[in-house]
Amino acid sequence: MKPINCIIEEVRSETPLIRTYRLDRNLNPAPGQYLMLWIRGVDEIPMSFSGQDTITVQSVGVATQAIFRMGAGSEVGLRGPLGNGFALKGNKILLIGGGVGTAPLAFLAEVAKKADISVTSLLGFRSRDDMIFQDRLEGLGETIITTDDGSYGIKGHASAGLKELNLFDYDQIYLCGPEMMMSDIISRTAEHAAKTQACINRYFKCAAGICGSCCLDPDGVRVCVEGPVLLADRLLDSEFGRYKRGPSGAKGPCRG
Amino acid sequence: MPSLSIHAGGLDLKNPVLLAAGILGTTGASLRRAALAGAGGVVTKSVGSVPREGHPGPTIVHVKCGLLNAMGLPNPSYRDFQQEIKTARSAGVPVIASIFGSSATEFAQIARVLKADAFELNLSCPHAEKYGSELGRYPDLVESVTGAVKAAADVPVWVKLTPNTADILELGLAAQRGGADAVVAINTLKAMAIDIETGYPMLGNRYGGLSGQAIKPVAVRCVYELAGRLEIPVIGVGGISSWEDAVEMIMAGAQAVQVGTALLGGYGIFEEITCGISRYLERKSMTLEDLCGLAGRRSQ
Ligand SMILES: Cc1cc2nc3c(=O)[nH]c(=O)nc-3n(C[C@H](O)[C@H](O)[C@H](O)COP(=O)(O)OP(=O)(O)OC[C@H]3O[C@@H](n4cnc5c(N)ncnc54)[C@H](O)[C@@H]3O)c2cc1C
Ligand SMILES: Cc1cc2nc3c(=O)[nH]c(=O)nc-3n(C[C@H](O)[C@H](O)[C@H](O)COP(=O)(O)O)c2cc1C
Ligand code: FES
Repeated sequence: MKPINCIIEEVRSETPLIRTYRLDRNLNPAPGQYLMLWIRGVDEIPMSFSGQDTITVQSVGVATQAIFRMGAGSEVGLRGPLGNGFALKGNKILLIGGGVGTAPLAFLAEVAKKADISVTSLLGFRSRDDMIFQDRLEGLGETIITTDDGSYGIKGHASAGLKELNLFDYDQIYLCGPEMMMSDIISRTAEHAAKTQACINRYFKCAAGICGSCCLDPDGVRVCVEGPVLLADRLLDSEFGRYKRGPSGAKGPCRG
Repeated sequence: MPSLSIHAGGLDLKNPVLLAAGILGTTGASLRRAALAGAGGVVTKSVGSVPREGHPGPTIVHVKCGLLNAMGLPNPSYRDFQQEIKTARSAGVPVIASIFGSSATEFAQIARVLKADAFELNLSCPHAEKYGSELGRYPDLVESVTGAVKAAADVPVWVKLTPNTADILELGLAAQRGGADAVVAINTLKAMAIDIETGYPMLGNRYGGLSGQAIKPVAVRCVYELAGRLEIPVIGVGGISSWEDAVEMIMAGAQAVQVGTALLGGYGIFEEITCGISRYLERKSMTLEDLCGLAGRRSQ
């Protein structure tokens, strides 16, 4: 698929480093799917859908800073929706999100609610100023918030909120956030791994399952097409949480 | 079932359908997966002497007739790649290391250190400055690079040729003079695409290489020309996406084939092609040997 041209209709600031962009068309994505956003003359990068026609971007480097320089009326190219997305299952689900990883979960929560599925959310942020989509999720069900510095909700990492919940109550658990946070949760809740779906990041280049940049050890799962949502079962004995490959293919730490 | 095993380019292969360079070849696990899915051998991503992150995106563009790519030879350098080859080899099929450099010395240095079942010299990537076809379009450089690697390596050396030249036969003959154990034809055709909404070239690198369906007739012609004149085996690659394509390439003179872009459809392609060739040989009561170069014999 060639990139299609798209116009940014609206920009919303969520925090100083996170903004939501509404696009001029609805590509009918499933929550957990992503698009490849082409910032012309700069780069093409993966972004999850945070709604039917929105993406939510954290500024971390060259391409995301270039997006931050764009406003309503700016044009971008895009390919998508890509990837598998979350599989919505059961009557009662738990979402565990961290930082900008809350974005695809907020989208999932809205779709779940429409299907009359009961939604509980556990969200972790660095501090009160970094919180996103709290209002969106609080409107949909019980929401527990943790902050690293204790400026809001429970003090500590997202895992500190697990004490408040009985995971056996939930038919399915959905996870998205920084890799160390997700891998911490997955290892603490390993007995629920068969019902935990995690939306993960790897370095994507082709996003078409052909270049090999995103492949996960030890089975060579192509995260760009077989993911980005993978069952925690598949992640437990994988490279996830241990290392990840960068743009050259060399292994590096998976901080963040 | 007729046997598909062959000896080609100095390697024993259980079947003649290999994974092409740069396709799912960055990690040992993804190479092993191709082998377990039925590839007779696997070629790694091209590795050089220093790490490279590759070109900015978009790195691929789907066009109606095929695929454009400008990955830009991303690789962690050969020093950081031995473990991937080791993992890939655990699947039990030959692992061919694709290597690139900007001079004969640089190629030879890599070949001296890296351990693999064979080397494939990337003298043909059309979109990386100072590398690939920037050397590979000069017959004298093809010959000297091949000679230097032959002297440095104790495993078979294959030379991958560029079609971006007026006379690919000249390049093949140069590789043969340099002592190559096989030539591989073809790499991608230099190409580009432009976004008509804005006028921007679509690939981050502007130029890239065209692969897939569109280039198959070009690849068949190149293989036919090379196989008609060279003493060393020719390995055919370019646009193979079905067993029929593979049979055609083998009839053109290829002793083995490689599959790249067709992996867009998943790893099942290896079994699809090998089973198809087997059934074909059975139906025709032919062997692989009968098939190889048939088109050349028919046109004599
Ligand atoms: C499936 C998927 C969905 C994503 N969804 C979102 C989203 O909804 N919102 C969001 O803000 N970000 C998301 N990302 C991450 C986003 O793609 C990267 O932050 C972005 O590519 C960074 O580009 P850059 O040029 O700004 O940063 P760079 O200058 O390239 O690098 C800055 C930092 O970001 C890291 N980085 C670069 N590319 C990636 C990548 N592909 N994956 C992970 N880390 C990377 C680098 O290692 C570096 O530490 C997603 C990534 C994937 C794979
Ligand atoms: C995404 C991509 C990456 C490639 N990387 C390399 C590479 O690193 N080295 C190389 O020699 N050829 C590389 N090639 C070329 C292929 O190995 C092959 O020669 C070419 O694509 C034609 O075959 P196909 O039509 O079956 O893809 C690459 C091709 C593609 C599509
Ligand atoms: S990004 Fe190329 S295979 Fe996944």
